[in-house]
Amino acid sequence: MLEVLFIGLSLGSILLLVALGLAITYGAMGVINMAHGEMVMVGAYVTVLSGIWLGTNIFVAIPLAFIVTALLGLLIERVVVRRLYGRLLDTLLATWGIAILIQQAVRLEFGLTFLGIHIQGLGPGLQNVAVPPFLQGTFSILGADINRYRTFIILVTAFLALMTWFIIYRTAIGTQVRAIIRNPKMAAACGIDVTRVNALTFAFGSGLAGVAGVMMSGFKTVFPDMGTSMVVDGFLVVVMGGVGSLLGSVLSAGILGEINGLVAAATNDILARAVVFGVVIAIIVLKPKGLFALKGR
Amino acid sequence: MAIDRRRFLRNGLLATGTVITSPWVFQTGARAAGEVKVGVLFSLTGGLSIIEKSLHDATLMAISEINAAGGVKGMKITAIAEDGASDPKTYNEKASKLVIQDKVPTVFGSYTSASRKAVLPVFEKRNNLYFYPTYYEGFECSKNVVYTGAVPNQQLSNFIPWIIKTLGKKKFFIVGSNYIYPREMAKVSKILIEKNGGEWIADEYLELGHSEWGSMVNKIKSSGCDVVLSNVVGDSVVAFYREYKNQGLTHDKLPICATVTSEIEIAAMGAEYAVGSYTSFPYFQAIDTDRNKAFVERYRAFVKDPKAVTHHALESSYFQVFLWKQAAEKAAEITPVGIREAVKGQEFDAPNGHVKIDPDNLHTYLTPRIAQWLPDGQGKIIDAYKEPVVPLPYVAYGETPTNLFCTGKGLETAKLKT
Repeated sequence: MLEVLFIGLSLGSILLLVALGLAITYGAMGVINMAHGEMVMVGAYVTVLSGIWLGTNIFVAIPLAFIVTALLGLLIERVVVRRLYGRLLDTLLATWGIAILIQQAVRLEFGLTFLGIHIQGLGPGLQNVAVPPFLQGTFSILGADINRYRTFIILVTAFLALMTWFIIYRTAIGTQVRAIIRNPKMAAACGIDVTRVNALTFAFGSGLAGVAGVMMSGFKTVFPDMGTSMVVDGFLVVVMGGVGSLLGSVLSAGILGEINGLVAAATNDILARAVVFGVVIAIIVLKPKGLFALKGR
Repeated sequence: MAIDRRRFLRNGLLATGTVITSPWVFQTGARAAGEVKVGVLFSLTGGLSIIEKSLHDATLMAISEINAAGGVKGMKITAIAEDGASDPKTYNEKASKLVIQDKVPTVFGSYTSASRKAVLPVFEKRNNLYFYPTYYEGFECSKNVVYTGAVPNQQLSNFIPWIIKTLGKKKFFIVGSNYIYPREMAKVSKILIEKNGGEWIADEYLELGHSEWGSMVNKIKSSGCDVVLSNVVGDSVVAFYREYKNQGLTHDKLPICATVTSEIEIAAMGAEYAVGSYTSFPYFQAIDTDRNKAFVERYRAFVKDPKAVTHHALESSYFQVFLWKQAAEKAAEITPVGIREAVKGQEFDAPNGHVKIDPDNLHTYLTPRIAQWLPDGQGKIIDAYKEPVVPLPYVAYGETPTNLFCTGKGLETAKLKT
C-alpha cells in the first residue's frame, strides 16, 4: 500500500513539475503557452548535450537547463508574447507556432542536416541520458521498496515549489508580480515596470520547465515530440487548481497523482487516465474557477 | 460557318478533355523510358519517423545496389519516395498518389499496422501491389500485399515453449500497448502458454505512447509472476525498461521477454537497462555470418553513421526489394499482377538467412531466433531454428501448416469460425 501511495505522490510531483512553470505563465500572465512542453524538451536536450559534449551528469544539467530555457523564454517574450498580452487565444496560436518551430529546429539540428552536418545528440532519433548509479534502483523504508529516482524528483519538485513560493510571496519582485496579476494597469500606475517584470516572470516560468525537462530525461525517452503530451497534463493541473494560485496547483497535482496511482493499482492505467480526466471535468463544472480561485473585486 | 456558342463550348471541352486524359491513357508511363518507377512510403516526419526513416534508408540502399548491378531487365529502378508523416490518413493519400498518378507497379512501405490498414483499400481497389516489411499480428489475407516481416507463429511459437522449458518460467504477466498488435500477440501467447503447461496471471495494457510505468511495474512486482511477456511498442519501451530497473526488478530473477524490443530501442534506453532480457525476432544485428556483417557495414556506409544499428524490420525492408527484383525479372511484364504471380515461391539469401515467399498467403518463410541482450546493446543469439518456418497469419485461430486458412484463392472464412 505504501508503494502505491508513493507512486501516486511521484505521479503528482511529475505533474507539478510541469505545471509550476505554467502556473506562472498562464496563471499569472494570462498567456496560454503551448511552447511550454517544448521548454521541457529543450531542458531534456540540454541534459543530453551536456552529457555528450561536456561529460557532465544530470546535476550540472539542472542549472544549465534553467539558464538556457530561461534565456529562450526571455527571447520568446521579447519577440512575440509581449505584443499579445490580453489576447488569450492569440497567445495560444502564436506559442503553438513557436512550439512547432522549436521541435523542428531540434529535429533538423538547426537546419544543419540540409548541409549534411550531424550534431551528436540532436536529430529526430531517441536520445538517452545516463543516470548516476546511486539514483538507480530502490531503498527500503518500512518494508516498502522506494524508487530512488522518483524520490529525487519529488525532492527537486518540492524545492522548486518552495523557491517559487518564496520568490512570489517574500521578495520585492514577487510583490510586483502579484500586483500585475491583480491589475496590470493599476500596477503600472503605481510605478511598476510591467514590461520588465513580465519578461522576467516569463523567463522564470520557462526556466522551471527546463528543469522539469532535466528530470524527465532521466526516466523517459528524449525526442523532439516529448513535450507535447506533457503540456496538456500541465494545463489540467493549473485549471483544476485555480488559475493564479500556486497552492491550488500544488494540491491539484497531488490529488490527480494519487487518484491516478490508486485507480491504476486497483484496475488499470487506461481506466485511471479516464478517471483523472473525469475528476477534472467534474471540478471545473462544480467550481468553474478551480479549487483555489483568486478573489477579485 | 458561324461558330455558335454551344458548339464552341463543346469543342473546347472535348479538346480540354483530350489534353487531360491523354497522359493517363497513352502513358504506359512508368516503364517506358528504360526505367521502372517504384513507390517508397515511410514516415519521414512525426513520432514514428525515428524507426521508419531507417526502413526508408534500407529500401533505398537495396534499390541503389540493384541499380549498381545493372537494374531490372536492364532498366534502372527509380524510387519515388513519399512521406507518410506518422499519420494513417496521410498514408492513404500518398498511396493513392503513387498508385494513380505515378502509376507505379509496386510500393514498398509502412511500419505500423494502422498505416498498412489505411493503405490497403487503395491497393485492393486498384489491384496494385504493396510490400510490407514489418513483423505484425497476422489476421490478414490480401492478394495485394507481400508480407516480409514475421507473423506471430514466427515470433511466439518458438519463444513461449522455450521460456517454459529452458528458462523454467511458468507464470506469465503479459503487458502491451493498447492497440491491435499487442492484443493479437497476447491472444496467440495465451493459447501457447496454456498448451505448454504454463499459466498467465495478467494481461494488461498501457496507452500507446504513454510513458508513465510506475503503477504497472508495481503491479508486476506484486503479482507473483516469474516472467514478463512484453508487447510494448515505441518510445514506451524505453520508459518501461528504465522503470523496471528503478523499481528494483532484475532480469536474472524476473526477465522481460519481448516481441518488439529491437536494437533500436535498446540503443535508445541505454543497454544497461536491458542486459539479461530476451527478445524473439528472425533477425538480429549480431547474426554471425559474413553476409550479415557485410550488410551492416554497407548500411552504415550508406547512411554515413558508423554507429547505426540494424534490426528486423530494417532487414526485411532491404531483402524484400531483392525478392521484388527477382519477381520483376521472372514476370513477362512488369505489372502489379505480373509481379505478384512471379513473387510466389521466390527465394533469396537475405542477411538473416534463406527466405522464401509462401505461394499461398504471400507471407515469408523466416528463421525464428531468440537473443539475450548484452551490455554493448547487441543480442547474443541463444536459440535458433535450423531452418525457416512456414508463416501462419491465422495461427491464433487454429491455422496449421497442413491446414492453411489463407490461400491463393483468398481467406477461407468458414475455417475461422471452427
